[in-house]
Amino acid sequence: MDTPRLELDGITKRFPGVVANDGVSFKVAPGEIHALLGENGAGKSTLVKMIYGVLQPDAGRIRWEGKGVRVLSPHFARRLGIGMVFQHFSLFEALSVEENVALGLEGDIPRRELGERIREVSRDYGLPLDPKRHVHSLSVGERQRIEIVRCLLQNPRLLIMDEPTSVLTPQEVERLFLTLRQLAGEGCSILYISHKLHELKALCHAATVLRGGRVVGTCDPARETAASMANLMVGTDLAAPARPERRLARKPVLEVEGLSLRSDDPFGTHLADVRLEVRQGEVLGIAGVAGNGQAELLAVLAGERPVDANTIRLDGKPIGRMGTRERRRLGLCYIPEERNGHAAVPDLSLADNALLSAIDRKGLAPRGLLKGGAAKRYAEEVIRDFGVKANGTAALASSLSGGNLQKFVCGREILQAPRVLVAAQPTWGVDAGAAVTIHKALLRLAEEGVAVLVLSQDLDELLALTDRLVVINGGRLSRPLVTAEATTEEIGLLMGGLHDTTGAGGTAGRAADAA
Amino acid sequence: MDPWIAAVVTIIGAATPLLYAALGELVAERSGVLNLGVEGMMLVGAVTGFAVTATTGTAWLGIPAAALAGTLMALLFAVLTLTLLANQVATGLALTIFGIGLSALIGSGFVGRPVPQLPTLPIPILSAIPVLGPILFDHDVLIYLSFVMTALVAWFLARSRAGLVLRAVGENDEAAHGLGHGVVKVRYAAVLFGGLMAGLGGAFLSVSYTPMWIEQMTAGRGWIALALVVFAAWRPWRVLVGAYLFGGVTIFQLQAQGLGLLPVPSQVLSMLPYLATILVLVVSSLGPWRRRLNAPACLGRPFRATR
Repeated sequence: MDTPRLELDGITKRFPGVVANDGVSFKVAPGEIHALLGENGAGKSTLVKMIYGVLQPDAGRIRWEGKGVRVLSPHFARRLGIGMVFQHFSLFEALSVEENVALGLEGDIPRRELGERIREVSRDYGLPLDPKRHVHSLSVGERQRIEIVRCLLQNPRLLIMDEPTSVLTPQEVERLFLTLRQLAGEGCSILYISHKLHELKALCHAATVLRGGRVVGTCDPARETAASMANLMVGTDLAAPARPERRLARKPVLEVEGLSLRSDDPFGTHLADVRLEVRQGEVLGIAGVAGNGQAELLAVLAGERPVDANTIRLDGKPIGRMGTRERRRLGLCYIPEERNGHAAVPDLSLADNALLSAIDRKGLAPRGLLKGGAAKRYAEEVIRDFGVKANGTAALASSLSGGNLQKFVCGREILQAPRVLVAAQPTWGVDAGAAVTIHKALLRLAEEGVAVLVLSQDLDELLALTDRLVVINGGRLSRPLVTAEATTEEIGLLMGGLHDTTGAGGTAGRAADAA
Repeated sequence: MDPWIAAVVTIIGAATPLLYAALGELVAERSGVLNLGVEGMMLVGAVTGFAVTATTGTAWLGIPAAALAGTLMALLFAVLTLTLLANQVATGLALTIFGIGLSALIGSGFVGRPVPQLPTLPIPILSAIPVLGPILFDHDVLIYLSFVMTALVAWFLARSRAGLVLRAVGENDEAAHGLGHGVVKVRYAAVLFGGLMAGLGGAFLSVSYTPMWIEQMTAGRGWIALALVVFAAWRPWRVLVGAYLFGGVTIFQLQAQGLGLLPVPSQVLSMLPYLATILVLVVSSLGPWRRRLNAPACLGRPFRATR
């Protein structure tokens, strides 16, 4: 066998109180797509940060193309030929795409040339990007493209990708896979981190499974089943939540009609004649690629952006003008996409965070005086029922891992016994175990007769969870599909901007064009 | 000279110290550091510039000494806030109070002493142009330099790679660190530059504008400079406009007092620049203006390098 491109030998990293990586060893061959598999908190991020020179290992060796190296900084890593797409994008909101790319490159490239190269790479790899746009106006999906383009511009010999597909349509995922296979074919090694097991099966040549900071196994994903890899990763059998048969066509609880809205954001998406109906006891999904009006729609549904009273009705009552608090009081609870800073205040305790949302429905502040004890008990209830790993109710929200905080945020809304629950990306960046907990809770809620609206870019999640599905594209909603009857391809085409108004002939034509 | 032209020239004098201090603070803030010690750094710069000029007899030594003194004050701030991670607001306030005391101590022997005024350097030919000549081309070196610095800072931030890194550090320190840019190093440089500029602003006051030393002679200009940065939405050319606006208000109130133009007590007129500061801060925080505020996202947030 050739000299491995990258070889880790007994890498150990300790943080106060935890061993993040404990004697991790594995090899990545040239041109190999190597999967790194593990739950959140398994130590994957710490490990790749050491490969990329952001952190230094406490023990162990890294060999790059046979030679022992100490990757002292990301500069050094990039000079070696290591590129990385971060899970939490390392982007600068106030800067342009071009400037963001420039910051991740070695050396100074004239602006005009850089813009040209960005256009080139984004065209070649099907990652459309306008170099002059500012990041704050871009969707999650577009932001990720910047990260990928930034790496590709450096002609890397090892590309580290942390959960790269969660925001892409199935077609885009296919396209990305083509790109990655092409890169691998050119001899570039890829270290691919994902929770999506069928993707690993489709893409990766080898997989290393981490649990609790240790390597618990290696496998060839092509020979494993998704279930066997999941069990290896989690260590216990994970049963996917079963979706009970449910009767449709019950009474609508939340209705949206004739909603058109100009976005506040100069680069946002305007909503055009949105019509939506969430029925009692159903889970309705909204699929779509980021930046197609999801943010605007959520703001309207949650009450962060008031609209004409009659465009939104809850149990027939016009609520369009009401703010979030009034809507919660009436039973419309909301789980925002961003955990830190939107759903939860990072620097407040869990008890205070529970209080902020449940203040009315749980009667935590009668006559304007806070009931600290009751808030604490409510937070305890959430922590217990949702298996949140936290150091008591006094723990700061920021001290929780992403998955645990998300469980807490979801539990906080669900235990308020809402009439309608609007959940945006409820399992974004959450480990498999936490995702199952959250999915089960949402399904149980629907069973109890609550109208549940889930907005997600993860199509698998929507397929597993929802009864009906609509697709949002360019600020418009498609007609609802019955999830059980919809095909991935059909949904994918709708996500890609093909509207169902033209009927089946149009679909076939577009599909033929794409082929 | 035409009194109208003379008024414009005095506005330039009133605006220049503000311009220096605000430009320096702008650079520090764009890197994510809020230094409320501008007033203190200006005062120490002013007294040092004056003392060295008075002792050596030449402003060519006094001005660099003032810049150095301002830089040293900023270094004190940087060590406390960037290395020792002290709270920036508290440290900045302490720096101002410290600067007031220190400058009074250094300056106690220099009160009432004269220094030669910084000579004007008329630019040949151009300064002979009627009206425009005396307004634009008949000044001392510090005034010319203030314009050069504005252009330099604007170019640096918008066009150079180092400026881009500086903005990135102020925008998202974690991400900048992740990409391998030295957050603390960049912030040190930015804070020190802020001190240097504040020192120059102070020197302009004590060596050129009113060539003498009086305790607390900056009279709140450091605070106005801080407000100017917000007013200018962290953009260098807008700092220039803002500084001249405030310079104009200052001169107006002086003239109005002197000539008894307005039937109000002189104290009310003296308040004008400060009232204007408050007004500008209110207006720039209002609805449609607020959007255009582009405060650096990490402003005032301490950064711990490794986690």
